[in-house]
Amino acid sequence: MKGRSIPWLKFTAPASFYALAQRLVPWLWPAAALCAIAGLYMGFFVAPPDHQQGDAYRILFIHVPTAWMGMLLYLLLAVYGAIFLVWRIKMADIMARAIAPTGALMTFLSLWTGALWGAPTWGTFWVWDARLTSTLILLFLFLGYMALHAASDDREKGGRAASLLAIVGAVNVPIIYFSVEWWYNLHQGVSVMRSDGPSMADSMVAALLLMIAAFWIYAGAVVLRRAQVEALSREPRTEWAQAAAVGRLTRDQRQRAAADTALDQQPLGPEGEA
Amino acid sequence: MMRPLWTLLQRDISLIVTRRQDVLTVVAFFVIVITLFPLAIGPEPEKLRTIAPGAVWVAAALASLISLDRLFADDWRDGTLEQLALAPQPLALTALAKVIAHWLSLGLPLVILSPALGYSLGLQGIELAVLAASLLLGTPILSLLGAVGAAMTLGVRGGGALMALLILPLYVPVLILGAGAVNEAMFAAPYQAHLSLLGALLAVALPLLPLAIAGALRITLD
Repeated sequence: MKGRSIPWLKFTAPASFYALAQRLVPWLWPAAALCAIAGLYMGFFVAPPDHQQGDAYRILFIHVPTAWMGMLLYLLLAVYGAIFLVWRIKMADIMARAIAPTGALMTFLSLWTGALWGAPTWGTFWVWDARLTSTLILLFLFLGYMALHAASDDREKGGRAASLLAIVGAVNVPIIYFSVEWWYNLHQGVSVMRSDGPSMADSMVAALLLMIAAFWIYAGAVVLRRAQVEALSREPRTEWAQAAAVGRLTRDQRQRAAADTALDQQPLGPEGEA
Repeated sequence: MMRPLWTLLQRDISLIVTRRQDVLTVVAFFVIVITLFPLAIGPEPEKLRTIAPGAVWVAAALASLISLDRLFADDWRDGTLEQLALAPQPLALTALAKVIAHWLSLGLPLVILSPALGYSLGLQGIELAVLAASLLLGTPILSLLGAVGAAMTLGVRGGGALMALLILPLYVPVLILGAGAVNEAMFAAPYQAHLSLLGALLAVALPLLPLAIAGALRITLD
């Protein structure tokens, strides 16, 4: 495989990935916590109350980042699914599988906080509005992915079927979004991504950006951690996994495991399908 | 290349025709689901009229879903599917032929029956024609999408319920456009836009989804 020369491809070996994640995750947790503390402080104490909605709007600092994360994670899930289907890189399936629960959680949280926001401002917890409905459908897509992945006894097969579903779903997401948008719309207009600049106070934007960063980093940390566990459980008998489980993975073991994985993924040419 | 596919189409249709009860079951299911709506909501004609497009479309989507459950199951169990996958014809075309046969024998009866059921719920005149037209354009998309789900859940635990979870979210745009067209017609508004978009969806689905079905079948047969 020519791709062997690309340096980051070495993290397609579960052992190398495990070591990388082991190093990254301890930095990500405090970074996420710091961003969240700063963002929440800005959001609750510095940002001015909204002239229409008073303090009720402040849930936006959680609602907007979770909604964005939900969509972004679904896209990422489909990308990893495509990588897995095309190149059969096992790590891609592990990552996709690790992303799904976090994505479902984020989508659920955005629906939940949306309901809490809707109660004081629209006077109802739920309306069949375009964005709410399409977010609900996104949640079902995540649940379907997880259910299909879990339903197959053969992990490899389940992973491939689920990846295909993720791709079909990702192609459908814009169609669903526009059809639902067209079907009904009473959601408030776009207020962040406007060409004439955000229609919000600077401190609000700062708080929102900090919270978005916090959610990104949190999602990264939790997905990497889950992927580590999944990588271990897929190769429980191997030397590197045994060593890693007790926290003593040496550089030498890692390199040997990576070489094994490379051998494993080698013979798959363009007609690896079938 | 078309001859074997033609033969496959004929074989599938004759298989379904010999097992007539399958067709009858699906049609009966469609009618019963629609019957449940007046029973649950009440017999007032105005009320029924407002829900009529949605009721017929939901019933059609559910009927399509349950009829697709076994699209590949029998062929998979007796090994025919593997032989079809080994044949020189592209698997995507084979899958398309199977879906077409399935739609002709199980989807088309619903389309033909729909004006009568729409009438029973209080739709009239042009609305009935729009309802049939929207189903004519929409149910093939439902069949193609459902076939992807059927291929994915072959030989998987709890296939039927799982397939509903996987596929029903993907049915949403078709449902919105189909029922929307009839709703527009009910308010004497232009319904052509909805029908055109349904046609556009069909035009996109027809070449792309057979590829997805073939991919899913390959994964199952692997």
